[in-house]
Amino acid sequence: MDFGPYLLLASLEGAVTAAVLALMAAGLSLVFGVMRVVNVAHGEFYMLGAVLAWVVASAVGGGPVLGFVAALVVAPLLVGALAAAADVTVLKRLDYDPERTIVATIGLLYILQQLTLMGYGPEARPVAPPFNARLALPWVEWGDAGPQLYWPWGLSITSYKLFVIGAAVAVLAGLWLFMTRTRVGLVMRATQLDGEMAQAFGIPVERVYAGVFGLGAALAALAGVLIVPIQQAHYLMGGEALLLSFIVVIIGGLGSLAGTVIAAVLIGMSDGIISVFFSPTLAKIIATLLVAFVLVFRPRGLMGKAAR
Amino acid sequence: MSESFKPADPARRGALKTLAGAAAGAASLPLWARYAGAQSAEPIRIGFQMHATGIGAAYGRWYDRTTRAATSLINEAGGINGRPVEIVTEDDGTDPKRGAEVVEKFANQHNCDVGYGTLFSHVVMGSAPRAGELKMPYFVVSEGHHVASGALNRWTVQPGICDVKSQVLAMAPFVSQTLGKKVTMIFPDYAFGHDHRDFFSEAMAANGGEVIAKLAIPPTETSFTKYFPKIPRETEVIYHVMVGPAVLTFVKEMGEFFGPSRPEIFGFIDSLEAVDLSSPGLEFLEGTYFWEGMPRYAQPDQTPYDAHYRAAVGVDETGASVNDPKDVSTYAHMFGCWETLYVIKAGMEAAGYQGPADRQKLIEAVEAMTDMPHSNEHPQGAKRFNGKTHQVFGPQYISKLEGGRLDVIHTASLEETFYPDEVDYTARSF
Repeated sequence: MDFGPYLLLASLEGAVTAAVLALMAAGLSLVFGVMRVVNVAHGEFYMLGAVLAWVVASAVGGGPVLGFVAALVVAPLLVGALAAAADVTVLKRLDYDPERTIVATIGLLYILQQLTLMGYGPEARPVAPPFNARLALPWVEWGDAGPQLYWPWGLSITSYKLFVIGAAVAVLAGLWLFMTRTRVGLVMRATQLDGEMAQAFGIPVERVYAGVFGLGAALAALAGVLIVPIQQAHYLMGGEALLLSFIVVIIGGLGSLAGTVIAAVLIGMSDGIISVFFSPTLAKIIATLLVAFVLVFRPRGLMGKAAR
Repeated sequence: MSESFKPADPARRGALKTLAGAAAGAASLPLWARYAGAQSAEPIRIGFQMHATGIGAAYGRWYDRTTRAATSLINEAGGINGRPVEIVTEDDGTDPKRGAEVVEKFANQHNCDVGYGTLFSHVVMGSAPRAGELKMPYFVVSEGHHVASGALNRWTVQPGICDVKSQVLAMAPFVSQTLGKKVTMIFPDYAFGHDHRDFFSEAMAANGGEVIAKLAIPPTETSFTKYFPKIPRETEVIYHVMVGPAVLTFVKEMGEFFGPSRPEIFGFIDSLEAVDLSSPGLEFLEGTYFWEGMPRYAQPDQTPYDAHYRAAVGVDETGASVNDPKDVSTYAHMFGCWETLYVIKAGMEAAGYQGPADRQKLIEAVEAMTDMPHSNEHPQGAKRFNGKTHQVFGPQYISKLEGGRLDVIHTASLEETFYPDEVDYTARSF
């Protein structure tokens, strides 16, 4: 394949990765920003979203569109409720102590993973996409008679992948509006800035925490539902996703939505492009190296605010 | 013998009557009590190293079902040397380090007679040296070439499933004569994939073909479109063999990449083991070819052995569980468990195996095996075991996917899978 079409294909693939990663990392970042909890079980909420999407889609029947839409609504709600329950029953009892919550969420990770293995099984199961037309993409070539359009071999994307990119952008925009323009968002930001002061002003901090933890998990689950028609639901899929989310959140700055999105695009695109032109291992090496550099030279991340 | 002879009893007739009564009574006894006549009523303990979790879990689940089915048949028929067989299962997490620990547990904690059942080649590579050190017979049901290559030891044998080298040797003539000469290979970037890469490239060259590109994909990869542009435009045949949970994504994205203008595609069914062929996104595989270790769909000329095996394991004629048509088996591989268990049985019987002290005799008895006829014990086909290389050889199948099912269009004979010995384990010390 020629260089130009190849680059376009790699970028499109990178954009899909970036979109899903941004959604997931936004949830992780939100939870850390507001609650100061490093949620190691975040990848499992992503996995649960995908698995529940399969469960809902197979239970609903009535065509792929209906099943997928039902999954898109039900799975994040269920996972969010589960996470909120975990917050109330586990994290709250630990007084959100940073070290103990890490251990607790590691425990949560294994419980969720193994319960899924016991209940859902080891198979990777697919969910039919609601629509999935293959779109061949044209490329411009300068021939003797000026620019010409042609359709390079293999250069294509599916309508569903475009939808994933669009959906992620819409959800992230919605999240930003929610955080900056609504009262609930204001309460969350107040809790993020100073939990004790917020409580003094009558904000029910515990309920905010449960809500934030649920919202973070729901975002991961939504990412899971969106990815499952492209990849399949599998009980181990959370591991890699968690690792990439941490990389994104560290580079972007914990607690910063804008930084998270920028870092997700950076990591997603570089993963797509570097692994196409060089090797996938190099893409991982560079991402990890980037994390190291950020930690050394700019510990608060690209967009993170300095600790006060 | 612990019992000593007693002088003949005058009341012999009465004794005979009692004996007859006891025999009738014994038939109605529970299973365990029937073995009381053997020298030891202790069960033969087979340590089953199962990929219950990790990336091999879908295989592990079916290896487990096959193992249980074969064991219960063996026990119903009287066990091994009059002793019942007990399967001791340990999960290795499809992880080489854990695999070695599991082998250790079999030998030292569970007092197993043999270890058995490992599939993934990296786990075999991690576990076999420990089995050798512990001097415990280790029956692997992998596919890797590592046993026959001489990389392992005298205690490790693979008598139930053929290795990658013999599989690809048997496939190359078909690919080059029927599908095309210029092949691009896509394979996982570890030992198992490298076996495919090396042996298939050689075999294609020997058959007048050429492998023009080799795409190694990391085993943990989850998205594949970005690799496909590396496929050269002049490719006539794609050769794919992928394993792990992302196989369906791989095949689906390959279809989306090629769209309407695909080359011929030849894959190892490993790319779709435990996957329902009617899954969304697989439509484009219609008309492509697959290697199968054993045909997933019951064929029109199905042997009674295949029917017997299917019924015992609980697999219907489409290769799915009889209880759940969505629960598709790993049919092209799991027969290896069944056949290996029968080899263990035959080996222990030939060696007069009594306990761990006879482990060396067991290995020697297995090494002495040669032809294994097509039978209920060997439902995949007639096999020949090579005692020097510790590797079995058998027929290979090529199926075409048409109308949503796989039908065998070519069977490579036993002889086509042979290659010169690379090792003589019998010359090594125990």
